[in-house]
Amino acid sequence: MKTRFTRLLASSLSVAALTAGLAGCGAGPKDGANGELTLWTHNAGNAPELDAIQEVVDAFNASQDNATIKVQAFPQDSYNDSVVAAASANKLPCLVDIDGPNVPNWAWAQYLRPLELSTDLSKHLDSTLGNWNGTTYAVGTYDVALSLMARKSDLDAAGVRGATIEKPWTKDEFDAALASLKALGRWDYPLDLGTAGTGEWTPYAYSPLLQSFGGDLINRDGAQSADGYLNSAPAVAWGTWFRGLVEQGYMAQKSGKDSTLDFLNHKSAIVYTGSWAADKAREALGDDLAVMPSVDLGTGPKIGGGSWQWGVSTGCANPEAAMDYLDFSLRSENIAKVAKATGTIPATDAAAELVPGFEPGGTNRILMDFSKKFSVLRPETPAYAFISSEFEKATADILAGAVPQKALNRAVKNIDANIKSNKGYTN
Amino acid sequence: MATILETKTAKVPVAAPAKRRRIRSLSAWTVRVLLGIVFSFPLLFMFVSSLKPDAQIFGDLSSIAAFLPVGNLSFENYSAVFDRVPAARFLINSIGISAVTVVLGVLINSLAAFALSRMQLRGKGIILTLIIATLIVPFETLALPLVWWVNQLPWLEVNGFSLSLTTGWLDTYQVQIIPFIANAFSIYLFHQYFESIPKELDEAARVDGAGWFKIYSRIVMPLSGPAIATVSILTFLPAWNSYLWPLMVVQSEELRPVMIGVQYFFQLNVSWGEIMAYSSMITLPVVALFIAFQRSFVNSIATSGVKG
Repeated sequence: MKTRFTRLLASSLSVAALTAGLAGCGAGPKDGANGELTLWTHNAGNAPELDAIQEVVDAFNASQDNATIKVQAFPQDSYNDSVVAAASANKLPCLVDIDGPNVPNWAWAQYLRPLELSTDLSKHLDSTLGNWNGTTYAVGTYDVALSLMARKSDLDAAGVRGATIEKPWTKDEFDAALASLKALGRWDYPLDLGTAGTGEWTPYAYSPLLQSFGGDLINRDGAQSADGYLNSAPAVAWGTWFRGLVEQGYMAQKSGKDSTLDFLNHKSAIVYTGSWAADKAREALGDDLAVMPSVDLGTGPKIGGGSWQWGVSTGCANPEAAMDYLDFSLRSENIAKVAKATGTIPATDAAAELVPGFEPGGTNRILMDFSKKFSVLRPETPAYAFISSEFEKATADILAGAVPQKALNRAVKNIDANIKSNKGYTN
Repeated sequence: MATILETKTAKVPVAAPAKRRRIRSLSAWTVRVLLGIVFSFPLLFMFVSSLKPDAQIFGDLSSIAAFLPVGNLSFENYSAVFDRVPAARFLINSIGISAVTVVLGVLINSLAAFALSRMQLRGKGIILTLIIATLIVPFETLALPLVWWVNQLPWLEVNGFSLSLTTGWLDTYQVQIIPFIANAFSIYLFHQYFESIPKELDEAARVDGAGWFKIYSRIVMPLSGPAIATVSILTFLPAWNSYLWPLMVVQSEELRPVMIGVQYFFQLNVSWGEIMAYSSMITLPVVALFIAFQRSFVNSIATSGVKG
């Protein structure tokens, strides 16, 4: 028995040693080494955008013989997890798409290399550029803009003036409008700010409201502390007002899962939604649709800027080909192709001319104007991912009835501790 | 008077238990039926909604119609599922991955448990304790290091008639199977079950000239049906529901399992009917498997004294 056990042990150890020895050979070749570059996108299941990207890729592949791009699509909700896992195994593809606010973190983590493009990026919407420490690491072909949508007939029935880009609603006007709409008795909650949304939606949608009050997520000068910004008096005023919308019965603490659909089904009077819903809403409501800017809550209307962008990974074996592809994808006709397919705002005026509705005077041009005039980038710091999750928690707490000052103080404490424990995200 | 009293007192112990039993049985069945309804309603809602257009799903929510196949019913959502997701490919992948994991899992874990239960190994108690101790480490904490590790592992690739040594298991089928074959809970469950099989049977077989493998394959395993069924289910479920791991290690769409497909539907313009149709498609095999093995599953849990 002992001999048999010893034999078993010896053979197991031999197999383990052999495996470990072979493992030492190291991982396979880096992406792009054989002329085939992989492109990762978050659009699995989103056929219009994925098809448009594939068309651009096919056109690039047909236009030259030096490199071939291969598209791999992932579901959006889990895309970041896939990227982080691949980065940990040093297996990132040459080309990745990135949600704009994550660019500084990915640049800091050395996933991305600085862009070296021949395209003139000064003509792009600022919100389509992913910058960190004065260097551009990513560029997008489109942006999206949030707006308030309502039926003109409902506003007229409540005697409410429609907001315009020149004369947005003030806070008092907005509160009065909600009271008038509520008084019509047609809706349980006249306002739908998409409070069922989770994840990045929360800072994207609600931090601009906080900024319009005069607060911010962090001190943008150096981005080393949120103290005095996220827990400042204007920030607390935002929290109090935001919770007040629920307490006064203007807004559900948790809205329906699909705010746009609820609005089109006339379950709300005003919906806070993005440019992506504009075409669908216009198709359903025609001229009765009012697309209005966000509310001026004190320092002017603000909306979130920065959507999905493209970058080149540090591990790419053929960065020149990756940059060539990006230059190709940033040609006006290619920007227009993606914007048309997705109903998003084209990154340049030249491309906008090619997208029906976004040309000057077009029905969707107003959304591009919102983006140009009101968009505020989320803080360009590697700490943003953490700030985002803390703001999401604080907002959920405030919506659930927590004291705003306490909830925001807690978020500030955690954010500052995170920045400190990462040595300021400076190296 | 005394007689009457005696009669009354004599009747009580005879009649009451029967009546009480009936009441108990009735209430037990009522509770069971209610529980059955509570647990089957989500499945019913899912399947019924998969046949309705989105507007009707939301319209029916406020009434019992949400659970009834009424209104505008069709299989449109099912055909739309195949437009959005390579559902057939994902289903085949999941069936293959789960089946291989189950078969190899039953074999490897039962062999390990057999050794620990039957062989006279020094320190086998400590080995079993160490194996069980691994249960307290959540998979999520091991996931990233495991990704790094599997990317370093070698593999023999078959190209036609030649073999070549490659490095890295990422984006393969084996990376979705091999790390999940050995399972501490399965070893423990098999071990507990094997302990309940009389060792005299081994001795009798040994007298007849049987070796360890023959005892394992001809005596112990044929008597371990419930344990095999339980381990099969407990191995199948996580393999079928696997989400985080394939998300991290599989990049090619043609290698993905079904659960990744669920996220394909949560893009812009969410269609709940399609989500329900896809959910019905991927739930059906699990429900069928559970129904097929439920008696063995319950028996094994009951006899091994383990609650999963």
